[in-house]
Order: sequence, then C-alpha cells, then structure tokens
Amino acid sequence: MRSWKALVVASALAVAATSAEAVTFKYAFQGDLNALDPYTLNETFTLGVMGNVMEGLTKRDKDLKIIPGLAEKWEILEPTRWRFTLRKGVKFHGGEEFSADDVLFSLDRMRSEFSQLKSRAPADMKAVKVDDHTIDFILGQPNPILHAEWDTWYIFSKKWAEAVGATQAQSGKATSLNPWALKANGTGPFTIESHEPGVKTVFKKNPNWWGKVEHNLDDVIFTTIKSDATRVAAPLSGEVDLIEPVPVQDMERIGRDDKAQVLTGPELRTIFLNIDSFRDELKYASVKGKNPFKDVRVRKAFYQAIDIEAIKSKVMRGQAVPSSLLISPLLFAPGAEIKRHPYDVEAARKLMADAGYAEGFELRMDCPNDRYVNDAAICQAVAAMLARINVKITLNAQPKAKFFEFAGSTGKFDTSFAMLGWTPGSFDSHNVLQNVSGCRDADGKGAQFNYGGWCNAKHDELAKKIAAESDTTKRNAMILEAYKIIHDEVGLLPLHQQALAWGVSKSVTIPQRADNQILFYWAQKK
Amino acid sequence: MLAFAIRRLIEAAFVMLTVALLSFVLFRFVGDPINQIVSQDASLEERIRLREDLGLNDPIPVQFGRFVWKAMNLDFGVSYQVKQPVITILMDRFPATLELAFAAALFAIAIGIPMGVYTGIHRHSMLSKWFLSISLIGISLPTFLIGILLIYVFAVKLGWLPSYGRGETVKIGFWKTGLLTWSGLKALILPAITLGLFQMTLITRLVRSEMLEVLRTDYIKFARARGLSNRAVYFGHALKNTLVPVVTIIGLQVGAIIAFAIITETVFQWPGMGLLFIKSVQTADIPVMSAYLLLVAFMFVVINFIVDLLYVAIDPRIRLAGSGAGH
Repeated sequence: MRSWKALVVASALAVAATSAEAVTFKYAFQGDLNALDPYTLNETFTLGVMGNVMEGLTKRDKDLKIIPGLAEKWEILEPTRWRFTLRKGVKFHGGEEFSADDVLFSLDRMRSEFSQLKSRAPADMKAVKVDDHTIDFILGQPNPILHAEWDTWYIFSKKWAEAVGATQAQSGKATSLNPWALKANGTGPFTIESHEPGVKTVFKKNPNWWGKVEHNLDDVIFTTIKSDATRVAAPLSGEVDLIEPVPVQDMERIGRDDKAQVLTGPELRTIFLNIDSFRDELKYASVKGKNPFKDVRVRKAFYQAIDIEAIKSKVMRGQAVPSSLLISPLLFAPGAEIKRHPYDVEAARKLMADAGYAEGFELRMDCPNDRYVNDAAICQAVAAMLARINVKITLNAQPKAKFFEFAGSTGKFDTSFAMLGWTPGSFDSHNVLQNVSGCRDADGKGAQFNYGGWCNAKHDELAKKIAAESDTTKRNAMILEAYKIIHDEVGLLPLHQQALAWGVSKSVTIPQRADNQILFYWAQKK
Repeated sequence: MLAFAIRRLIEAAFVMLTVALLSFVLFRFVGDPINQIVSQDASLEERIRLREDLGLNDPIPVQFGRFVWKAMNLDFGVSYQVKQPVITILMDRFPATLELAFAAALFAIAIGIPMGVYTGIHRHSMLSKWFLSISLIGISLPTFLIGILLIYVFAVKLGWLPSYGRGETVKIGFWKTGLLTWSGLKALILPAITLGLFQMTLITRLVRSEMLEVLRTDYIKFARARGLSNRAVYFGHALKNTLVPVVTIIGLQVGAIIAFAIITETVFQWPGMGLLFIKSVQTADIPVMSAYLLLVAFMFVVINFIVDLLYVAIDPRIRLAGSGAGH
C-alpha cells in the first residue's frame, strides 16, 4: 500500500515538474484544420496555421509589410527580371538542406494540376537557377506586385516530397491519396508533432530554426471548437489561451472576465451588396420587362437608403468600419479621399421618383447566413431600411454552400440583389478590380465575383493598365480613378469592414495581424 | 425462426437501399461542394474541370448506381475536405461516438431505474416529487441548452470539468479510447449526462408507471400475504416484471442515442461522427454525409433486428401467438 502511494506521489511530482518547464499554448478556431498540404486550400486560416511550420521566400511582419523570408533579399534587375538571393544554412525539419532546387520544385508543384495556389505567380513566369542560392524569375510583362502573395507560397523540400510521393498537390481522387496529406515538413519555427483533422493538432518548437526566436513556447495545441457557446466558455474556464472568432454578442462577456480579454481590430475583408445591372429583365422582382438597376439613380437610391451607422451600432455592436470602397483603407490609404454617399432617405425617395419608381417595387434579396459576421442580420436591417423607399424585400438567407452555388458563377448568377465579402489575396487593389468590379459575361468569364454584373469599359481599361504599371504614384492615381468610377456609378454598394475578434487569455501576448492569421511564433505566455 | 430472420434481412436490405436513395436525392440540394474546395480566385475553367473530375456532371442515375456499387464494396470515396478515404475518417471517429453513447446509456439506466423504482414505491414522498420535477426538466429542455448550462456551471464557474473535447486518448489497435485516462474520463462526464438525460427521464417515467401497475396486481398481494419482506416484493417480484418493456425501450433508444449525439457532440466538440456529419453538411462534403447516413441506417437496422429476435426469445407469449404484429 505504501509503495503504491509513493508511486502516485512520485508520478504526480514528475508531471508537475515537466509541466512547470514546458510552456504550452492552446488555441481554438471554429473551423477544422484539414489536409496539411498548403497548396490544396487557399484559405486564410489554413495558410496561417501552416505559416508557423512552413515558410515562403518572403514573409510579412506584424503590420503586413513584406520582409525577407527564405530569400535574404531580392532586386528587380530589369522590369521583367527579378533576382532572389536565398538564405544559406537553412534546414528543413527533416534535416534536408534548403537550396534553389527546392524553390524550383515548389514552383512546379504550385502549378500542378490540383493546386489551388496557381494564381500566386503569373502563368508565363519562368524560373532560372543562377546558382544554388540565387534564382531569377523572368516575367512576360512587368508586374510590380509579383511577390505580394509569396509569403503564403510555402517552400517544400524537394527531397522529402520525392521520398514520400508528395510531388503533386493532393487531388480529390482516391487513386492518388497519400498519408502525407496529413504530414508536413517545412523550415518554420514549429514542427508538427501529430495531426488529427477536426480534432487536435500538436506543434513543437523547432530548436534549429534560422530566425530570431520571439516566442517562449515549447508546445502548441490546436483544437477545433465549433459551437460558439463552448468556444466562448473555453478561455473563461482557462482551458484555452486564444479563441477565434468571438461572436460579437459575447465580446462583452469575455471583456468582463478577469482571466481573458477581447482583442479587436479591423479586418481586411470588405462586405458589400451586389445589384444586378446586367440582365435586361430583373429576376425575382415585381418589375417586368425591364431592369430598374440599369438606372444609376435607382442604384444610388438604394445606397442612400442604407443607414450604415445603424448597421454598425445595432447589428455589429460597433465592431465594423463603414466603407466607401471595395477595399480596406489599410490596403489602399489614398482611398480615404472618397466619402460614402450620405445616408438620406429623402434624397433616396426623390431619386426613386425621378427614375419612375416612386411606388417602389418588390425584390428578393439573397444572403449567406454562415459566412460573414452577422451576415443574415445585416441583410434583415437592409431590408427594413429599403422599406422606407417603398422597396419590399423578401429575404432569402441560406447557408454558404447553397448561397454560393446559385448566386455565383456555377448558378449563372441567379440573384438580383446579394451580399458578398472580399479580401484581395494579394492585398492589392488590382485583385479587387479584376475579380469583383470588372465586367463579366453571363457565364462568369471575366470578373467572376461580380455577382451583379455591373460593367464599365473605362474601369476595365484602367484595371488593365494598373496590372503592368510599376510606378507607384501613377499606379495609385489610376486605382483611385477606378474606385471613383465605381463610387460615382454606384456599381456595387460597399457596406463595411468587419472587425476581427480574438478572445485571449490575459497571460498571453500575441500580435493580431489584420489578415487574421494566428502566428504563434510571436506569442509570449506567462 | 429462420424464415422470420430471412424476412427481416430482406426488409433490412430494402431499408438500406431506400436510405441510400433518399440521402442521394437530398444531396442534390445541399449546395455546391466545388466552391468549398477551390480558392476564391480559382478560374471558371478550373471549377468546371473539377466538377468533371469528381463526376458531378454525370446523370443522377449513373451517379447513384456508382455510389451503391461502391458502397457495397465498402468504398465510400474520398472526403472533399480532408482528402482521406471516408471509411478511414469514419472509423477514426466511430469509437468516440460509441463510447459517448455507451456512457450516456449507462448513466440513463443507472440513474433512471432506481429513480423510477423509488418514485413508484413512494408515490407521495417529497423526494419523489423532486425526482419527477427533475425528469420534467430533462424532457422539456433542449439538449444544447442543457449542455451549455452544464458547461457554464461545471467548467466556467466551478472549473471542475473540461468544457470541450475528449481529453487524452489511448490507442488500442484501431480503437482510440478515452476510458483509460483520467482526463478522458473527466471529459466524458458532461457530454454523457447531456446526452443521457432525456433517456434517463424516459426510463424513470416508464419504470415508475410499470411499477405502479405491477404493484396493484394479485401476485404482489399474494406475495405480501405470504409475509415476504418489502425488499423481496419490490425487487424480486415487482421490478423483475417491469423490466421486459424497459429492456425493449432501451434497446431501441441506443440507436436514437447515437443519432442524437450530433447535437451533444457539437456542443462539447466531441470528436465523433455526429460532429463530422454537421461539418460535412456545411461544406457539402457529400461522400462523408452519405456514408454517415448509411452507417446510422445500418446501425438502426441491426439494432431493430436484434431487438426483434430478443423479443421473440424473451416473451413466450409472442412465440405462442405465432408471427404477431411487429413494430
């Protein structure tokens, strides 16, 4: 009996001793971490997690500024030739030496059939190995933002990938399935110890990392917690150090707690409304034979009838920044010059009357209900506001899987009035002009995410020029001009940038980046 | 008996096929899986090619035929999201759900039967009224609310039990169990109570009414007249006779517990099949959804089959009456 007790005490002591030494950071997200191959899903969260394990040629710092990553430096030798000098002495977690061959291999892999990251580099870009640690990228046309998304184009080890058979991005087919989709080998500050999709992922500190260590963690445990209430309870009970996201209605509750706090900041995603100015006859509306949205006055009336401040304070509980542009001011500062059309119901009524719709009309509005912060509630508010200009909205709020199916290109834009959110992957306005506000045809060729199909030739001409312009001042002037066209013509109705909200334990400090990546290599835990 | 079993088996096959067809038709309406797989700026051509690749463009009867044929070979395809064979994922999640369902059933029986017996015997005592009020709560409150309430009290306020997850697990063969570690057992308590509360209530009420019924019968009166102790009368004679319907109900409820686990698993982030299913619905991960529904249907069919056989075996009256009405 005594020896049994002694054993218990001894093992308890052993547990206490190890836990006193090892610092474990636990965090939870509402979604799952699935396959670890970072080329199979172009999604902020997954890429963010993998950013702790793998690295690109460039990185972004706490303020999203591009800084050197696996490349020490780069220079533009001529407008169509970029030279990258690679870092020496970097090793992958598996012990493989990092060299130019890995970059060439990763480029091919990134362009492989099932890769979702193909847009990371222009299709006509060629890579030339100068020596083991120098690479030239040769472009078909000048591209000032070539490396803008390279911080999430993570470099694979050629040797490792060939050894495990991971030379291609994972496809959805059974025949090419490999267990390596659940493994990872990078150069980053953390290694992956174990990974169970949808359950738990354990990270360990990489003691051989090349960079300057800014965290004090030994282990990191990631779990999914899907249910809002449970996720909010986790930091309050001290079981988890960080949760993302905090539902807006629970922010106050976490804020009141003495163990945890809410970190908020503006997010990069912009929420906006699309109105169908493409079809000749408006669908799902009481107006027959014509499309009122072809008239800029009607579009503007809709804009001015929306009380954006009320949406901010009532629906978003202050956690939103009203926007006049389709891009966050953090990504395009000169845009501050453009101010929202003022909220003015009288003016809106007058515009409707001038356009011949004083009596208003009926219209269906389509919204996702599980995609953006309080998405369906925003749409409800908008519907109520539009009633004041006699537009009777029937709200059709659907789960995102359904919504994107019919409202997007797969459903041939089967919507007349819809909500959408957009974060430009490159953090650059050209991505917005190309995907969200450019012209498209009925099938979606062109700006695939312009659900309303608004089209302006001048805007598209500017977008083309912006792509190749490398002079920043000239480029910004053209971007501003394009945004002005969208604003004046009310091509789309921008609403706001929603806020990021992390629930963080008070014993942890971690920078919150506006792109919402959780990078724990900057975390300090007491 | 053999004819009975064969007839049941044919019926079971028919049920499975119907479920497969229904689930398949339903999935036409869950939305577009492509949008959940590709990146937001994937080109139109890429999307179209992926549709072709996943066979989503084939006529529906062709897709259904392929699905049934593969399912018969235990091939449920590959999850669009996790990129692993569905059967591997389900087998990974199955132990978690089964352990939870088992613990919930155990809780329901261990608490439900004594409570039923007590309230049956001491009909007018204060404690009985308490028990009945508690069981009323179990019936009327929705599962997710009970779960959140328990989390709030035991995890946030008192800090005794974990609010989510399964704790540490130990792997025995392919079976990942949480029953062998302290943290695993602790993590099991709240979800098991949440899931089992409704069944517990059901059992309490059932046992109580059966007890009241049985205690009025003649053979109990004779037993008392023979001077048997209360204990022998209540437990030796009365309870034994109430148990036949209770066993039937419990058997049937096991299936329900596994199916209802979806909500409990979501609230407690219990990594079982129900949670997997909910997530698959959101991302339109059709292979996972169809395999899950088939599996649940299969379990219901098997349980029903066993209960049917047991029924015949336990109750001689059914055998004597020949093939009476089924359920």
